[in-house]
Amino acid sequence: MLTAAYKSATLSPTAGPNVVRSSLKQTPIAEHLFTWPTDQPQLIGSRCSDCGVVTFPSQGSCPKCTSQSVTEALLPRRGTLWTFTTQEFLPKTPPYAGTESAEDFTPYGVGYVELPDHVMVESRLTESDPHRLRIGMPMELVIEPFRSDAAGDEVMSFAFRPVEAR
Amino acid sequence: MDVAIIGIGIHPFGRFDGMSGLDLGEVAARRALSDAGLAWSDMEFAFGGSIDGGYADSLVSRLGLTGIPFTNVSNGCATGGSALAMAVNRIQANESDLGLVVGFDKHPRGAFAADPASLGLPQWYGETGMMLTTQFFAMKIQRYMHTYGISESSLTKVAAKAFRNGAMNPNSWRQKPVSEEEIAGSRLLNHPLTQYMLCSPNEGAAAVVLCRADQAARYTQRPVIVNGVALRTRLFGSFEVMAPSLPLEQAASPTAQAATACFEAAGIGPEDVDVAQLQDGEVGAEIMHMAENGLCADGDQEAMIQAGETEITGRLPINTDGGLIANGEPIGASALRQVHELVLQLRGDAGARQVPGEPRVGYAQVYGAPGTGCCTVLSR
Ligand SMILES: [Zn+2]
Repeated sequence: MLTAAYKSATLSPTAGPNVVRSSLKQTPIAEHLFTWPTDQPQLIGSRCSDCGVVTFPSQGSCPKCTSQSVTEALLPRRGTLWTFTTQEFLPKTPPYAGTESAEDFTPYGVGYVELPDHVMVESRLTESDPHRLRIGMPMELVIEPFRSDAAGDEVMSFAFRPVEAR
Repeated sequence: MDVAIIGIGIHPFGRFDGMSGLDLGEVAARRALSDAGLAWSDMEFAFGGSIDGGYADSLVSRLGLTGIPFTNVSNGCATGGSALAMAVNRIQANESDLGLVVGFDKHPRGAFAADPASLGLPQWYGETGMMLTTQFFAMKIQRYMHTYGISESSLTKVAAKAFRNGAMNPNSWRQKPVSEEEIAGSRLLNHPLTQYMLCSPNEGAAAVVLCRADQAARYTQRPVIVNGVALRTRLFGSFEVMAPSLPLEQAASPTAQAATACFEAAGIGPEDVDVAQLQDGEVGAEIMHMAENGLCADGDQEAMIQAGETEITGRLPINTDGGLIANGEPIGASALRQVHELVLQLRGDAGARQVPGEPRVGYAQVYGAPGTGCCTVLSR
């Protein structure tokens, strides 16, 4: 189970490094989803060698031209928010694998982030207040713990966070 | 060859403890037969569908073992529409003259839970809490509101209309009007959608009896013609439910494609529609589907809704029976409920919610995961 302190350390919506590190062992939620370990993580997609279309996650064929000639493509770390919503209730398990209960569930943001010249990616957002999200705002990729597994290790997943005006 | 609907039947939508999905389906099938003045033994074929309620073709053990071809149809939210399309095709192909289509369902309580693998999606997509249909609908209307200037007030008005119309429909789940204040103030589920703006899975059944239109006069004085039925799936670039990524280029939705094909087959245009039933899994879907079906231009909805044009007394009444919001969504039955309501409206039998002016053309549309649209044009 996640403790309250653990959660608040991972849900910093707008600041901090690109990767939330801890002393625990950190394992990606899936292989071949994002580059790991690194301080400049990138999502892994695929690009069609015939028509250039990029898909995420990577797949063995092109949904546009049906070609099976595809290569791996590392996606840009930054993009803009194309649309968003918030998840205000605990999703059903399965498939949801978060370990919160209905009582300690904290809403999270979900959106599509447009990665220029590549693809739009659906992602959890670190910001869950709809009034602090707006279509067109710049976003960047972060890798953060999603839950802890049976062994107590951290399962890492991706999210996008608003880029602060600097 | 034209195909006519000569009988309709429905089991009310809601929650019915102690009744199985097949029990509900049997009630709807018998009511449709009785409405047509026919017996099960007169049927030459049947199509039926249910997602959680059991195999439709097992109804033969109750209705009678007459040996006819009875085909189960499973096509998500478009199950009922697909079954209807197949029945129409069968009659048009001269394989049969007369048959029944039935759809029913009985879903567990709460939002639909989905298995990522069964939809060809990676496990992490479901694990991280992104595989919820309501998120998609919220994100689609969020973008649409931003692009076309649709207000939150219009979302609220669409929900209030659904509950008001549902209260006039003895077969609907929600029997009480809900005020706009209550709708706007109800629990936020997926911004901008609140609890009363979304439909829930439930239970119910609907059925129709169809025949060759040139034989319809044998059975009824008030046949309703199926002028067109069309089903379409995703194109590259359409924004669909449960998509871990979207291409940068955009394409017409399955609904828009199906609508175009359906109107073309019918030789009837969207401007001729007198009453429409659209997939309103949530209020935003009704608004966006108005344009996707060609019933208005993108952005026109705001003025139309604010002026009450989609009310029963308006220029283009939509979801006169309360739609999915007031009826809930037993998937297998949902599209046939729309057809049931349109037939009542075209016959002039819709009672308190009858559209004035003797409507002639009715239109129905369903949409579902993973990106399927099915449209039907009916006329009298
Ligand atoms: Zn390609």
